[in-house]
Amino acid sequence: MMTRAEIALVWRLFRSDAEHNRKRIALTILAIAWGTLSIVLLLSFGEGLKRAFHKTKRGLGESIGILWPGATTRAHMGLPSGRTISFTDEDAGILKARIPEIAALSREYAVRRGITHGAKTVNARIRGVDPEFGPMRNVIPRAGGRFVNERDLLEKRRVIFLGDELATDLFGREDPVGRTVLVNQSAFLVVGVMQPKAMMGMYSGPDKGQASIPATTFKAVYTDVRIGNMVYRPVTPEAGDVAKAQIYRVLASKYHFDPEDERALGVWDTREDQRLVDNIALGIQMFLGIIGALTLFVGGMGVANIMYAVVKERTREIGVKMALGAKVRQIMAPFVLEALLMTVIGGVLGTLVSLGAIAVIAALPLEGEAFAFLGRPTFSPGVAFATATVLGAIGTLAGYFPARRAAAVNPAVSLRYE
Amino acid sequence: MIRMTGIRKVYATGRVEVEALRGVDLHIGANEYVAVVGPSGSGKSTLMNVIGCLDTPTSGEYVLSGDAVAGLDRNRLAEIRNRHIGFVFQNFNLLPYATALENVELPLLFGGVPTRERSERAAEMLARVGLADRIDHRPTELSGGQMQRVAIARALVNRPAIVLADEPTGNLDSGSGHAIVELFAELHAAGQTIVMITHDAGIAKVATRVVQIRDGQIVDDRRAAA
Repeated sequence: MMTRAEIALVWRLFRSDAEHNRKRIALTILAIAWGTLSIVLLLSFGEGLKRAFHKTKRGLGESIGILWPGATTRAHMGLPSGRTISFTDEDAGILKARIPEIAALSREYAVRRGITHGAKTVNARIRGVDPEFGPMRNVIPRAGGRFVNERDLLEKRRVIFLGDELATDLFGREDPVGRTVLVNQSAFLVVGVMQPKAMMGMYSGPDKGQASIPATTFKAVYTDVRIGNMVYRPVTPEAGDVAKAQIYRVLASKYHFDPEDERALGVWDTREDQRLVDNIALGIQMFLGIIGALTLFVGGMGVANIMYAVVKERTREIGVKMALGAKVRQIMAPFVLEALLMTVIGGVLGTLVSLGAIAVIAALPLEGEAFAFLGRPTFSPGVAFATATVLGAIGTLAGYFPARRAAAVNPAVSLRYE
Repeated sequence: MIRMTGIRKVYATGRVEVEALRGVDLHIGANEYVAVVGPSGSGKSTLMNVIGCLDTPTSGEYVLSGDAVAGLDRNRLAEIRNRHIGFVFQNFNLLPYATALENVELPLLFGGVPTRERSERAAEMLARVGLADRIDHRPTELSGGQMQRVAIARALVNRPAIVLADEPTGNLDSGSGHAIVELFAELHAAGQTIVMITHDAGIAKVATRVVQIRDGQIVDDRRAAA
């Protein structure tokens, strides 16, 4: 450890160096500040991107599975391959009842029809669902409205929940809740409008353009339509694989297909996308971090350059200190510390400027879908830690190599040096 | 105190080998005041570097205060210099950005002496060389003679066995030089062992022993009649 007196001397040493090499040190500190600015901004962009990814990937629903009927590809129990499977209401009940790993499940019927309000008609996907559909798929009602509920289902009410874009297309700036729309000449009461959300993954189009009605109502209106797919949520994300295997087992025994026949059903496990998205976000952050670190590295070379010059200028002083009994560590420490000092000054400057830049970007009114996916640069403890680590490492290295040269000075020679 | 036997020092400069010291035997006892004289290029500086453990001999044996110096690593040599040797240079070699007190504290700092004791001992030593009122001055605010006094205080502060001075008056006007010579005489009178490299015949007269070097060998070693 260095004593306070040694550190105080280093500080004065730095100030005297700063007086001698004012321009050079100012430029180097600027280079470090610039490098810090770039690393902080890039990492913060990465952090914002990661958070936006998290938000948008939640758009479809977190840790859910989406189940489609498929067609068999193997003959089984005397039945040929190529049979198409289709789901019934009974299947939904069986899956819920027999598979303890499934916490919630909803049917999803769908047709595409015109929805009319006044003079306006918009062609949209209308889906018949259970109340669990909303929370699972992150279809959350805006304040003042609600999603399809149990009573709607029991009483086959003619109620409709609108996607936000669909609501705007039909009603403009008016609040649709409590108003009526026409679907196939029959009136539906609007009970809710979806909160806007960004979606990364989707099937059959984004939720903002779709309408939801109770599954029972749907069946009463469109008698010949079969279940398009089902949406389920396992009890825990980790139970997803078991739930999927159980679904195959239960449905295979009911429809007499080989449970190993993957194509008989289609399952989209959103956890896999989440893993993928997490890895992409991490990859992008690392990439940005490396670019930032390389920029900072250039600044570090500037520091090392100055320190080499300083070692040369102080050759004689190094010899004197050696004559007075300074050990190798005591010769090296001031150089490392001085390099770190320059790096820290530059780093603090750069961080302050980037915090300012981040605040300015946060205040800009950026609208649009692209920004929803890009997010806003976000300074997080992780970003601060990564920046401090890289700065510390570069500062130490920038001081270490010149310091080693200092320690290699031959005192007998340097004292003769005039 | 110093026991040198058969010291040789060979410098390899390119393809040519220069033998700076060719078999020096030198014994220096406690409280001797030795002036080392000789023309430039005679090996005086090399001898001083070897005595001061700034350089290690190519061959020969060197025992300083009972410790054999041969084969020690840089850190051990630094420790020996720190504890046993006080250097005084021709051009003072003070750190320009540090005060007189801090300059004097340096050997104590390197020796790991605690803060309070360090500043007390340094201040005491500055007082002893007559600079009690200059402890907060930077070297640039001091005269040459005062700078050399600071350097002497620095050399003495760790109570070294030997003070090794290399032309201490070479950069001073005759008045200040004289005062420094007197200071050395006082130190010697107080029991300090001193080895001084000098051209100055006046100093050589003050010393108790004059060692003459020529071509890397001791050609004359004369003790003053006490």
